[in-house]
Amino acid sequence: MPWLSYRKALNRALGDELARDPAVFVLGEDVRVAVSNVTAGLLGRFGPERVVDTPLSEQAFTGFATGAALAGMRPVVEFQIPALLFLAFEQIVNQAHKFSLMTGGQTAVPVTYLVPGSGSRAGWAGQHSDHPYGLFAHAGVKTVVPATPEDAYGLVVSAIRDDDPVVVFAPAGALDVRADVDFATLAPVALGAGRVHRQGSDVTVVAIGHLVHDALAVADELAGEASVEVFDPRTVYPFDWDGLADSVRRTGRLVVVDDANRTCGVAAEVLATAAERFDLTAPPARVTRPDGAVVPFAPALDRAVQPDRDQLATAIRKVLQD
Amino acid sequence: MAFLSAAAHADLYRVVRLIRRFEERAVELVRAGDIVGGIHPYTGQEAVAAGACAALRADDVITSTHRGHGHVLAKGADPKRVLAELAGRATGLNRGRGGSMHAADFRLGILGANAIVGANAPITAGAAWAAKRAGDGRVAVSFFGDGAVNQGVLLESLNLAALWRLPVLFVCENNGYATTLAVADAVAGTITGRGEAFGIPSATVDGMDPVAVLDAARTAVDRARSGGGPSLIECVTYRFDAHHTWEHRARVRYRPDDEVLKGRSRDPLDVQGSRLSDADRERVDAEVESVVDEAVAFALSSPHPDPEGALDDLYATGLRGRPGDGR
Repeated sequence: MPWLSYRKALNRALGDELARDPAVFVLGEDVRVAVSNVTAGLLGRFGPERVVDTPLSEQAFTGFATGAALAGMRPVVEFQIPALLFLAFEQIVNQAHKFSLMTGGQTAVPVTYLVPGSGSRAGWAGQHSDHPYGLFAHAGVKTVVPATPEDAYGLVVSAIRDDDPVVVFAPAGALDVRADVDFATLAPVALGAGRVHRQGSDVTVVAIGHLVHDALAVADELAGEASVEVFDPRTVYPFDWDGLADSVRRTGRLVVVDDANRTCGVAAEVLATAAERFDLTAPPARVTRPDGAVVPFAPALDRAVQPDRDQLATAIRKVLQD
Repeated sequence: MAFLSAAAHADLYRVVRLIRRFEERAVELVRAGDIVGGIHPYTGQEAVAAGACAALRADDVITSTHRGHGHVLAKGADPKRVLAELAGRATGLNRGRGGSMHAADFRLGILGANAIVGANAPITAGAAWAAKRAGDGRVAVSFFGDGAVNQGVLLESLNLAALWRLPVLFVCENNGYATTLAVADAVAGTITGRGEAFGIPSATVDGMDPVAVLDAARTAVDRARSGGGPSLIECVTYRFDAHHTWEHRARVRYRPDDEVLKGRSRDPLDVQGSRLSDADRERVDAEVESVVDEAVAFALSSPHPDPEGALDDLYATGLRGRPGDGR
């Protein structure tokens, strides 16, 4: 079977949806020359009317997408840098997200916000290394963080077809992942459906985005001492609580690894829900970035604030001992 | 000034009068507690909405502001359902989910009033781009106040609209104050200068005269429909009432009494009313009175929305999040 890279999966999803639905168009900074590589070849296939380069006006072009969506289009907005979402938070959370309710259901706002390269890319420092999916989950904006090329394809397709705004965080740490995939099997992945990547019976590890691959490696490492199940929510809002409940029912133990700041993060929400709903046989644990972390520049400092495999292995061992 | 038929003058006057009486009755309903949260009265600025919307086709679209009742009514929304929305009733335009600051009627091209100053500008540009791409000749109007001209997103949107020659009218209602801050204390340069900087034809008109606004809006609409791109119209007007009805109790003072008296001395009702015969004016006044009476009766007799459905329509797809008590 052919190899599909994560980047190519994003590219293929955009191309397939542009071909399928004339209402779809892509806009953002440097999308015509495809600086992020995600829109490569789309200008030639679909033309400048559907692959639109914008000035460096994040607030305006994000609001512009809302207006185009209100008029029947399905815009895909690419953000080269995750922190640009802070500039456009007003336009996404306070405008696009609120239109359906505020108008009493008169309109939908089917916009997809695509962030290829969220989280730390070594050496990009404080303002280019955030991974702010938790903010959007908190606000109630549909938010996906695919871990694999197949899921990246399937979730982008579903996001574009969804009638609500959806933010797609493609982690920088996953962009180089490749998978041996039969292209004919690529298909939409439903929003809100988690996936068990590895079955286990002693502990459930909830891993988000690129950390799924770290969790799988740690599960392999610990294979002699523990049977680790790896649960990938894929969508962080709405979260697949029933899928996680099924997993925890089998294992009775829970660890969450979440590459985001600790307070009010997705890991915090998973643990809170576990406390309310799940019968755990041991206190759960989470591995996250530190509270309020700003990613420092020097590579060793950058790595120091990201969850790593040792921390995860330690957390799993501790939960298994309790 | 363009020649208008007696019927056209009467139509403009009817809209001005409708907005005025609607707002006056709405303020009474605020005082009576029937409208919760207060309103931003449009009183005094009626000529802008009436004149600009008279230049539009039914399928053109508008976006509005926190002070938006006038635009919504001028674009043709049913006064009964607008007032019911202000009163938070299930029969309101937005089924009681939006209120005074978010009134919308998508069937009439009213893409919503918006409570964040300047935020409607890029939305309007996006809707205009979609119209241009569809080639249906529609134009989009962004109404905003003098406060919005200092928002970066508005300036970014002027740039986009000019760059892509979008069929947009940027209609600035300069009522002299951004909440309580006078234009002289807030705006460096000029408002039309904002447009001219981007190569957008920009004009200042008498915003107390609906015919002057209509004239300027027609020129701008013709330019937009024929592919000539956006225009900016600064309508110099005066807000007769408070920024928001909370001022009626808070008694903040920021406008000198003589300024208010002078501002109110030129009333769009009289400017346009003087163009009608006394008999016609009385006839329109009586019609409007019955429309507004009917709206008040409708709003106050309408059911309140069911709290069970508070978050109906939060998602267009019908997604339901978890309830707040964890059930």
